Order: sequence, then structure tokens, then C-alpha cells
Amino acid sequence: MEIKHDTSRRRLLKWSGAAAATVAVSGTWLPNFGISAALAADLGEGDVGILNYAYALEQLEAAFYTQVTDTPYEGITDDETALLTDIRDHEVEHRDFLKGALADGAIPDLEVDFSSVDFTSRDSVLGAAKVFEDLGVSAYNGAGKLIENVDYLAEAGRIVSVEARHAAAIRELLQPDSVAFAGDDVVDENGLDVVNDPATVLAAADPFITTDVTANTLV
Amino acid sequence: MTNQTNHLIAGLDPDIKDILVSNRREFFKNSALKLGAMASAPVLLAATAQNAFGQELPQEVVDVLVFALTLEHIEDAFYRSGLETDGLIPDEYVGIFNQIGKHEAAHVAFLSTALGSAAIERPALDLTAGGKYADALSNFDTYLTLSQTFEDLGVAAYKGQAGVVAANDDILTAALQIHSVEARHAAIVRKIGGKKPWDGAFDEPMTKEEVLAAAGPFLA
Repeated sequence: MEIKHDTSRRRLLKWSGAAAATVAVSGTWLPNFGISAALAADLGEGDVGILNYAYALEQLEAAFYTQVTDTPYEGITDDETALLTDIRDHEVEHRDFLKGALADGAIPDLEVDFSSVDFTSRDSVLGAAKVFEDLGVSAYNGAGKLIENVDYLAEAGRIVSVEARHAAAIRELLQPDSVAFAGDDVVDENGLDVVNDPATVLAAADPFITTDVTANTLV
Repeated sequence: MTNQTNHLIAGLDPDIKDILVSNRREFFKNSALKLGAMASAPVLLAATAQNAFGQELPQEVVDVLVFALTLEHIEDAFYRSGLETDGLIPDEYVGIFNQIGKHEAAHVAFLSTALGSAAIERPALDLTAGGKYADALSNFDTYLTLSQTFEDLGVAAYKGQAGVVAANDDILTAALQIHSVEARHAAIVRKIGGKKPWDGAFDEPMTKEEVLAAAGPFLA
């Protein structure tokens, strides 16, 4: 297998400090292997790259809510437990669905780092959840136009509105009976939700993912 | 009807579900005629319309935008009516419905601008759907049921049309941005109604025909 890359066009997304530099060097030579699968993930190109991008985000969300439900914060109510368990189940389904769709093209399991989240604190957990959900919505909204196959677009569409429902529910938990569910911080004067390109989203997700991820064609 | 749409329809108001399941064909025929009469003249102008996206849009894209604008008009009118009706919406929820109404009005304005001369005016509406929801503006539970119906329907409608507008990046992105706002709305009105904000891990699309069958009864 011949691996040849124009490094000037190849863009490495730096996901974790010093380790990323190692990947950058290695990546010049062996972008898809030569690095332990546990340490690096190359999203790939075209629609596979977009699906892997979504898969990476769903992995992050699934891991986060699994931690949330495994170690509930202090004073969690039954309603909150039910809601967060539902969301965990959804994210696991999204993750597994995308992994199945990608089959051999799927990136490896990502190692996550939630050390910045205090899982004993309601505010910390729900604050992080809000970030993840709004980010997920903006990511899917931004990725839509990058998808070439309309069948994949349809599948992404089935997921993104559920992420938006999650976002609204989490925001409502943080600020009950307020306009936060669709606040002016996320919905603009035209009534449009946030849209972000992959570079912005991946940079925002960066602190929570240990694995180095390369996104050659998405950023 | 496919299994995929059954999943979403299960979350809709039972009466709407009945309409879709048992009377789909007739309702579609009626509503399509209404919509056709309403939309045909402006749509004919679309070929020369200079719209907000600065380009001439293919007819199929114009059709989708007119369809979306029709739904937004219904929602906009629905929230305006509710908010203007003293005592209908409990005080603690007025802010939420104001916010939703603000977004629907913005969607109407945005799509109207996007369509330019192909935009349609607000159609005549009957929020009671021929008397079926006679207390739509006097009973908050009914109002809430209709709100959830319109929001879930909006989510499914935009989802169903994404592929049609996919060739135009700007329009696709805007449609997706509206789509997720409708989902936020759906989640909160479901919560107010004591329901889960979702039906499951995946939201299913509906075809234009299915959406029109559900929305048709609200067009006067």
C-alpha cells in the first residue's frame, strides 16, 4: 500500500498538546497506521470522514452520559435520572448506529478525558451536557452541506433533531420555565440555530478527547 | 405508510394520527387543492424571482420553500392567536410561548425574503380544524396538544425535505438550522405537557404528502 500525502494540503487537527506533534510527524509518513489505534484516529475523507466526525462526537457524548449515570451527581432527582438515562441510551444508539454504518471504515474507540467535569456537581454535569448538546446540534447543522450522499444526510437528520431535543431538555433543567431551551444565545434573529464547521467543533471537543484525531479534508 | 413514519406519528395527537392512517388520501386531496390554489400564482413568478440567496432557484427548491413557509405561517398564526387570547396560556409559560412565537415569525420573514416574489401570504386558517378542536384557544391542554403537533410535524417536515434542497448549500444549511429550532420547541412543549421531550433516539421524516394531510385541516 502506497501512502503519499501532500503535507502542505494535509491539515492535522491538534487534539492534545505534545502528543499531537508526534502524530504530525508520524502522520506525514503513515497517516492511517503506524500509530497505535488506541492513540490516534484519522477520520478519513468524503462522506466516511463526515460520518466518522459524527461518530467521534457520539462516542464522546455516549461516554459522558455513561459516566453521568454511573456516578450520579449529588441530589439528583428521579426525573433527572430518567431524563439523563434516556439521553445516555440515545447517544449509545447513535454511536452504535454510526459505527455499524461505517463498518470497516470506522475510527477506533476514542479515549476521553472528563477530568474538567465534576461528576458530583449538578451544575458541572449539566453545564457540560449543555455544551455537548449545543455543540452536537451545531456540528450536524454545519456538516449537512458537506455530505454528498443524500441517504447519509437523511440519517444525520434523524439524529440531529434528537440532539436538539436533548439540548432543550438540558437547558430547561438548568433554567426551568425560561426561554433557555431555545435562547437568544443559540437561536439568532432569523430564528436559525447555531451552525459550526468541523474545525470549530473539533477544537471545542479537543479538551475532552485524549486520542489524537486527524481530520484531513474536513477542516 | 412505512414503519419509519409510524414511529413519529405515534407521538402525534391521536386525531391527527387517525387522519393520517385512515383518511390520508382524501385529506391530502383536499389540502393539496387548497395549497395548490394558494401557491400556484406566486410559484409561477418564481422563475424570475431574485431571492435572498441571490440566485434563481430551481422550481423544486421553490416548492419546498413554499411548503415550509406554509407550515411556518400556520405556526406563526397559532402562537399569535394563543398569545393574544387572555388567560389561555398560564403566566409561567407566557415567556416560553413568546419565544417560540418570535422564532416562528422570524421563520416566516426569513423564508418570505428567501422566496422573494414567490413568497405566499399567510393562508386563511382554522385552528379548530373544522370544529374538531373547538376549544383550541380556550383550553390550554388542547392548545398544548396542537402546539406539540405543529412542532413535531415541523421537525418531520423539514427532515423529509432536506434531500430535495441538498444541492443548494445555503438553503440546506438554513433549513437544517430551522429544523433544529423546531425540535427545541417540540421538546419544551412536550415537557410542559408532562411528556418526554422525545420519542426515542431517532426522529423520523415525513413526506410532504403526510405533512399536508396532517396540516391540511387547519387551512380554512
